[in-house]
Amino acid sequence: MSGRSSEEEIQDELNELAAIDLRDPRLAAFLAWLVPGAGHIYQRRTGKGLLFMTCILGTFFFGLYLGGGKVVYASMRPQDRRLPYLCQVGVGLAALPAIVQANRMRDPYYPKAPYLNGFMAPPRLPGQVIPRGSVDPEYEEQIPDRPGYSRYRRHGVPSEPHLWRERLHKYFDLGTVYTMIAGLLNVLAIYDAWGGPMIIVPAAGKPEEEDDDSGKHKRPS
Amino acid sequence: MMIGSLVLLGEISQLWYALPLIVTVSLVYAATRHERMEPILAHALRFGGWIGGFMLAILLVILALSSFT
Repeated sequence: MSGRSSEEEIQDELNELAAIDLRDPRLAAFLAWLVPGAGHIYQRRTGKGLLFMTCILGTFFFGLYLGGGKVVYASMRPQDRRLPYLCQVGVGLAALPAIVQANRMRDPYYPKAPYLNGFMAPPRLPGQVIPRGSVDPEYEEQIPDRPGYSRYRRHGVPSEPHLWRERLHKYFDLGTVYTMIAGLLNVLAIYDAWGGPMIIVPAAGKPEEEDDDSGKHKRPS
Repeated sequence: MMIGSLVLLGEISQLWYALPLIVTVSLVYAATRHERMEPILAHALRFGGWIGGFMLAILLVILALSSFT
């Protein structure tokens, strides 16, 4: 026990809150999205910035590792809508290579091969046109009048999403969950960079209660 | 009757994967409520305890239910 009443502690926190210089909150929020914690570091709230950076990026990269680097990709194709990416992109820069890779492979007739051996690239779907040699030959199907391009085999081989799930088993889902949670947590950090901490203050006129997250909270002005 | 419980217990090892998430979520949530490190850590500890307790309670309920099936 610290021997201080929670009222004093709240007052201390409110005093500290009043002393926080949020600088340019919009820029801080943008930086916080781009690199988790960077917005706080810009505001000279280094301790919190490092805490957010470690927790959020640690969770994101651990998820990416669990998922064999395959769980973060951007795809809005009708056969493969990767909705988890909407959460994953919350970590900013770390998830943006997926957009670059999807953009390279977007052209249905003349797609480019993804960078870095397909890191964060969307899976090839059956029948999809791909640059020749970008997958194992047994998964390729020749296109007669298109030199340099082939098609991902439609029959007789499993599709790439199926292959990934077969190889990674539960780790595909675990990695997806980890990376999604990292992105969502960064939304909290972005909000904190924009508006400062939402310190819990007991509602006026009520007896002081233990801080248990169930009472009324208000953002101090 | 016991097979369901045994299968479930076998799956419990996967719960270790929840531990880093509980720690991270608690710390990040607590950090959005305080500015100084001391109250952040205290809040995170309390919040993490709540999450762990809640998960344990749900696990016990599921174990109890599976022992009847």
